[in-house]
Amino acid sequence: MADASYPEDLLYHPEHDWARIDGETATLGITWFAQDALGEVVFFDPPEVGSTITAGEPYAEVESVKAVSDVIAPMSGEIVEVNGALADTPEKINEDPYGEGWMVKVKLSDPSERDNLTDAATYTSQLS
Amino acid sequence: MLDAIGVGSIEELFDRQIPAAVRLGRPLDLPAGMAEQDVYAHLRELAARNTSAEDEITFLGAGMYDHYVPAIIDMLLGRSEFLTPYTPYQPEVSQGSLQVMFEYQTAISELTALPVSNASVYEGPSAVASAGYLARLANGRSRFVASAGLHPHSLDTLRTYARGFGAEVVEVPLADGLTDPAAWAAAIGEDTCAAFVQQPNFLGAVEDVEALAAAAKEAAPDAVVVGAYDPIALGILKPPGECGVDVCVGEGQPLGNRLDFGGPSFGFFAATEAYLRRMPGRIAGETTDVDGRRGFVLTLQTREQHIRREKATSNICTAQALNALAGVVYLSWLGRHGLVELAELLLQRTHYAREALTALDGVEALHSQPVVREFALKLSAPAGKVVARCQEQGVNPGLALDDDVLLVAITEQRSRADIDRLTEVLGAAVAAEREAVHA
Repeated sequence: MADASYPEDLLYHPEHDWARIDGETATLGITWFAQDALGEVVFFDPPEVGSTITAGEPYAEVESVKAVSDVIAPMSGEIVEVNGALADTPEKINEDPYGEGWMVKVKLSDPSERDNLTDAATYTSQLS
Repeated sequence: MLDAIGVGSIEELFDRQIPAAVRLGRPLDLPAGMAEQDVYAHLRELAARNTSAEDEITFLGAGMYDHYVPAIIDMLLGRSEFLTPYTPYQPEVSQGSLQVMFEYQTAISELTALPVSNASVYEGPSAVASAGYLARLANGRSRFVASAGLHPHSLDTLRTYARGFGAEVVEVPLADGLTDPAAWAAAIGEDTCAAFVQQPNFLGAVEDVEALAAAAKEAAPDAVVVGAYDPIALGILKPPGECGVDVCVGEGQPLGNRLDFGGPSFGFFAATEAYLRRMPGRIAGETTDVDGRRGFVLTLQTREQHIRREKATSNICTAQALNALAGVVYLSWLGRHGLVELAELLLQRTHYAREALTALDGVEALHSQPVVREFALKLSAPAGKVVARCQEQGVNPGLALDDDVLLVAITEQRSRADIDRLTEVLGAAVAAEREAVHA
């Protein structure tokens, strides 16, 4: 498992999600803290491509040996891609939560929602 | 204790805590107390009013069947390791319990030809309804299509559950004893969550499950096809896993559980791998320990109530472990060939009985479909009265449905001589009732 890290170029949601915004789309995933709290991830249940997600509401499920948890959307939009590789290698969420462990790509319906997210320093200051 | 909390009496406690407006203000309307010996005598008298399946020649079935329960089942169920423990909250300590669950699941999986089985649920109807909830979680839709050939208790339970999570149940009628294929196909559409069929159906008829499942998948590719099966009939019928059924459920009572006035029994629940993570209840898994020895665990527990709470597929997953144990012991006792022989025997006796009874005056088959162990008759006399007349002769001819329909079940405990006796008694009862109408 990777060491704790919170890349500076990402935006963070207090439910332990990150967003990497690239124009009108964003890549979403869960933070190092989230995967560490979950423990070994054994299954990722993604949303369907084309479905709509809403900021602050669940859009996927991640199952570890300890629990099944909802993944909360940091921003709203339409799912344009899901990380199919996680079906066979869900452990990528533990090993590389900001890289190969990405979950979905979203076409943003309201890019201004980024103002509700925080930088890495603010997010990590909330972790106890 | 009253002293400790500063209250003078029980009455004062109630006065201070319970508003006068909601109190009854008089004693409960109950009879006076009885001495223990009197209670015993009273209960004996009540119990004596029951008629057990051993007190008459019974052809009752309709979902629960009077099969012989071999002594080995009582012997094993009586062992305190199985009889006394509560649900294993530290499951891996109870390797024996987990192994039983695993063996049971393996047997159900082989019986249904479906790769995944849970460790059992309460009984047949709640298994049917839980399959509906599984489907609801899997595809998010809210319209169930159910054959009218489902057991009425299953339909009722499905409707009750469906109301709870905002789904509707559309019933497809029977035509000549079978789920009407045209109505079935017409009822299923893109918005269908799950489609339910029972095999054999409530009137005993063998459905063409393969065709019904295919029609359902054609109309709604990701609708869940649920088959409610009689496990004994699987000794002779094609297994659901080979008929396009996604989730197979059923009443487990015929497997080594006595009638016991309706329960407890258990429900079995098996599915394709696609629904593994939506299964209700618990699943035991086989693994190896650190030293490489075979061991058992409760697997995928995270899906269920003690962790997922309101998002679990089921919150009644207290497995009927003891009843399911009876089920797996029964299947082991019968063996692979024994189950086939049993089903073949039932098939022969059932056809013998159907031919003999439909040859009687005033008795005809309600439908002409193939049957395995149960069939419906149409009487030209009130069925309830005919049943009462037969019972006076020590024969229970079956379950009266509607005004003139009788559902007759056969088990291996009903000999040819018993069937001949039924023919004689039923013929006389129908004749007497027709006479009474004309008189």
